[in-house]
Amino acid sequence: MSILAQRIQIVPQAEPEPAVERLRLEDVSVFYGGTPAVRNVSFSIHQGEVLALIGPSGCGKTTLLRTLNRLTELTPSASHSGRILLDGEDIDEIVDTDLRRRVAMVFQQPNPFPMSIFDNVGFALREQSRRRPRRHEIAPDVDRALQRAGLYREVRDSLDHSALRLSGGQQQRLCIARAIAQQPEILLMDEPCSALDPRSTATIEDLIRQLREDLAVVVVTHNLQQARRIADRVAFMYLGDLVELGPTEQIFDDPVEVETREYVAGVFG
Amino acid sequence: MADAAPPLAPPRRRHGRRESIWRWRRGDLVIFALSWLAGMGLCIIATALVLFFAVKGAQYLRPDLLVQHPSASVSQAGSGGFLDPIEGTVLLGVIGLAIAVPLGVTTALWVVEFGRPRWLARVVESTVEIIAGTPDVVLAIFGLALFELGLFAPLSFGQPGGAFGRSFLTCGIIVSAVAIPSIYTATRNGLIATPRQLREASYALGKTKTATIRRVVLPAIRRDVATGSALGLGRIIGDTAIVILLLGATLQIQTQSNTPVLGLLRGTGSTLTTYAFNASPAGDGNAPTKAYAAAALLLLLVLLLNWGVGRIGRIGGPPLHAERRLGA
Repeated sequence: MSILAQRIQIVPQAEPEPAVERLRLEDVSVFYGGTPAVRNVSFSIHQGEVLALIGPSGCGKTTLLRTLNRLTELTPSASHSGRILLDGEDIDEIVDTDLRRRVAMVFQQPNPFPMSIFDNVGFALREQSRRRPRRHEIAPDVDRALQRAGLYREVRDSLDHSALRLSGGQQQRLCIARAIAQQPEILLMDEPCSALDPRSTATIEDLIRQLREDLAVVVVTHNLQQARRIADRVAFMYLGDLVELGPTEQIFDDPVEVETREYVAGVFG
Repeated sequence: MADAAPPLAPPRRRHGRRESIWRWRRGDLVIFALSWLAGMGLCIIATALVLFFAVKGAQYLRPDLLVQHPSASVSQAGSGGFLDPIEGTVLLGVIGLAIAVPLGVTTALWVVEFGRPRWLARVVESTVEIIAGTPDVVLAIFGLALFELGLFAPLSFGQPGGAFGRSFLTCGIIVSAVAIPSIYTATRNGLIATPRQLREASYALGKTKTATIRRVVLPAIRRDVATGSALGLGRIIGDTAIVILLLGATLQIQTQSNTPVLGLLRGTGSTLTTYAFNASPAGDGNAPTKAYAAAALLLLLVLLLNWGVGRIGRIGGPPLHAERRLGA
């Protein structure tokens, strides 16, 4: 009996440990002027998962995404209510520049800076402190970010070339390298493949699946098949409301809400 | 398994059938013809100018003119070369740009990136427009009145009742005003054309506005600044009225003291434009062949500058956005 008890003690737990919650939205609404663009959205994002935000154009996906790193503040008429907590801390209480280092973002159009490939990634790492770090001090971090973004092998001999000479897919991977160089906790991606060809899209989708190991990823996408390929959970938004959020298989194969079923079936969109 | 298809080669490019211009509306035809004529007319004028001075230059511009000091002589043979005006042109260009580039760029940065309060930004914009529209002789008279005040004696030298007011420094300050509008306008247009996404990408990396301007926006517009500066330099080296009134238009460079740099900056001299003016039949030098030679050299400098502007446009890799191809 005692042996059995000992055995029971060393049996690994059947249930996996619940993933760490990184970001929690509580009743978040976003307005442009007096018009609500996102209404009363609540959900949470966990470490190690890819959450896809899907929905037709103008449903508030991008607005919601840009609220998560307070980029909406750049639009004078935008405001938000409700609370967004990053690791339990209200993002309004975090200094904007600190928040955006922890919640990084990749945009729809590749937007490399007009400088060398090295400096594009180095820019993210530089100027964190008053003393500007030397090249050799940040070189290992730059290389690591380029490796994680799957770009290092292609550009290792041309790190000093202009980033504007890269192809669209390479530019987007450079933007991802730039975003993850500061080791953020959350990576926001706003339709990161919509300007890319199928081959580059496949590369970036692989990359998103790999990045999930170290951080939480929120992807806005128009492409339902892409959401199905890369996401662990999917949130369907429609006219500013979060209609349904659930595991990817459930949203695509067995949605609860009528709008979700019609949207994923292609009835509208 | 089927044989591999032969590689796909593009066919010879050809157009399908197009509409004849004779079927155009008459008004369209008139405007089309006028635009052709205007373009061709300008080309003819520019070509004539360059050819005329190329011939005159080949006739009168000799290498020894470039290294000899000018001297006041009634005979053309004894009046020397124009080394001093060349040095004066370079020095004035350097001083003018050293003042105009920082002022033009920072003013444009403030107006576009900050520009609050709005009314003040509008006042600044109008001020630059006023400077751009002011004839240079008016600027020169104003500059002379200003720098003859005793307060500004350190810029030239003091004399009873005020200051001399004429020197490379005072002339450089006023001549920078003719370059500021082109530098300001080019910088401002570059800033406005910088895509918003580029700034957002920098903010999204946790950068401040100043870091974004310094490290992202300014590098993105460096070719606009360079183009504006080259155009401004063209205005400076081409100016005559300000140089005559504020540089003294002395044939040779007269240093003010033996202090190495300051003595030169506080001294007087001339540029190729004032030299050409003085040597021409309108001036009192009476050396028309020297005037032709100096004018040919000046035109050569301006052409080189224009070529340089084109080269600057290609520095640092491809532009952020594809430029529209001419004739497309």
